Amino acid sequence: MNDALSLAASVRAGKVSALDVTTEALAKITNLDHQFHCFTAVLAQKALADAAQVDQEIAQGNDPGLFAGVPFAVKNLFDIAGVTTLAGAKINAENPPAAQDATVITKLKRSGAVLIGALNTDEYAYGFVTDNSHYGTTRNPHDLERIAGGSSGGSAAAVGAGLVPLTLGSDTNGSIRVPAALCGVYGLKPTYGRLSRAGVAPFASSFDHVGALGCSVRDMAATFDVLQGEDNRDPICTNRPPEFCLPQIQQGTSGIRIAIADDYFTQGATPEALAVVQEVAKALNVDEYVTIPEANRARAAAFVITASEGANLHLEKLRSRPQDFDPATRDRFLAGALIPTSWYLQAQRFRRWYRDRVREVFQNVDVILAPTTPISAPLIGQQSMILGEQQVMVRHYLGLFTQPLSFIGLPVLSVPIRLPNSLPLGVQLVAAPYNEALIFRVAAVLADKGVVSIITPG
Amino acid sequence: MKSQNFNVNKYVEQMSLLIDLPIPDEYRHGVVANFTRIKAIAQLVNSFPVPEEIEAAPSFQP
Repeated sequence: MNDALSLAASVRAGKVSALDVTTEALAKITNLDHQFHCFTAVLAQKALADAAQVDQEIAQGNDPGLFAGVPFAVKNLFDIAGVTTLAGAKINAENPPAAQDATVITKLKRSGAVLIGALNTDEYAYGFVTDNSHYGTTRNPHDLERIAGGSSGGSAAAVGAGLVPLTLGSDTNGSIRVPAALCGVYGLKPTYGRLSRAGVAPFASSFDHVGALGCSVRDMAATFDVLQGEDNRDPICTNRPPEFCLPQIQQGTSGIRIAIADDYFTQGATPEALAVVQEVAKALNVDEYVTIPEANRARAAAFVITASEGANLHLEKLRSRPQDFDPATRDRFLAGALIPTSWYLQAQRFRRWYRDRVREVFQNVDVILAPTTPISAPLIGQQSMILGEQQVMVRHYLGLFTQPLSFIGLPVLSVPIRLPNSLPLGVQLVAAPYNEALIFRVAAVLADKGVVSIITPG
Repeated sequence: MKSQNFNVNKYVEQMSLLIDLPIPDEYRHGVVANFTRIKAIAQLVNSFPVPEEIEAAPSFQP
């Protein structure tokens, strides 16, 4: 599939109309999505009208923007004006339609992109599988018997299956990076607070991020650039001025200190998941290692805070109608509501301590390499697996390497890679807060060398 | 460790009463299992000596 920027270039050059591009995307969804089950809503009429508007702008000699005529879709956690925001929950289907688009949707539309639908997720984004009892299971485009990962599973599978070149998702503990890795696409989780979350249903506010999934490094950088900027509708959103990354991505890795995360990040994974990190390191001539201290405790603290904040958010509904929750999230939410305050506060104070230690680590390194997931996509319904001599619960285990990083809001790009005859995996490129540009520069070198690229099914 | 005497079933029952969160019988087993899991995970964090001067990083701005 062409990436979003090349598609937009064709539209702007008049080689193809936005209307034709959107019509084709809608046809693909109609013909193919019953296999993957990515979409929970398709906005055909509005999308065609928006595409026609883009064509009209071009006809009038105006520039509709960087993503002119690019079809995109969003996790159904994002408000779409006129559509009820499901957040993967049956309960939310009773809500009135959203009055306005989420800020990030508005920004993408302003850059010429055409919103064509909403995508499946775990209920209230609480899960790594996108196996939703209300709205169905999203299937991995590389093997329909396997999960897409989650919770932005619809967002990852829609790109992986070639239905759309660009999607938005959210990541609280790994929910962009995990499905991106399992579906063979790029997944960007920027620095905490760097992109507005306004109009996106919260899950655990301490860690909620929005980000993008797509098919090239430059698409990820361009999307990041378009979405940056202050937003007083999100109290966490930074007031730093935007730093545009797309113009920087071809600057190479000269001067960037890169190291491989050792210790925690080399344990509890399949040999394949560790081998792809080595592939990336080899391509970058990196043999240095760095230790992120107490990553295991960081994951534990993220777990406690997530369970506590998520449960508190839904407490009233848990009281009044627990039977309407997805069985996969209900008992976890109920248990999370019972967490004593001292555990929550200890986890939040530990977060500050850990942040300070990781800041020290970044005094000596700029980009850290780590596996995205410890395993490739498990089978749908698979509960556990044997890894080494340990039996692990698949659903929780998928976030092993993502949780300690989102816990302190570090920017991460998961890049797609696979070994011969294997399912896709991902490698996380991790930087200090606000250093997304460095990540994109490293990723661009890897893409130019052909080490990482979107993985097409078949 | 004292917490080995801790009865998760009783805690779930009493705490859910305290916060007025009814837990239907059919979910009780799953909730207890999940709380047991949270408790084990929280122990990792709770056992870590965070220095007194470390305060949680609040985002609240008056």
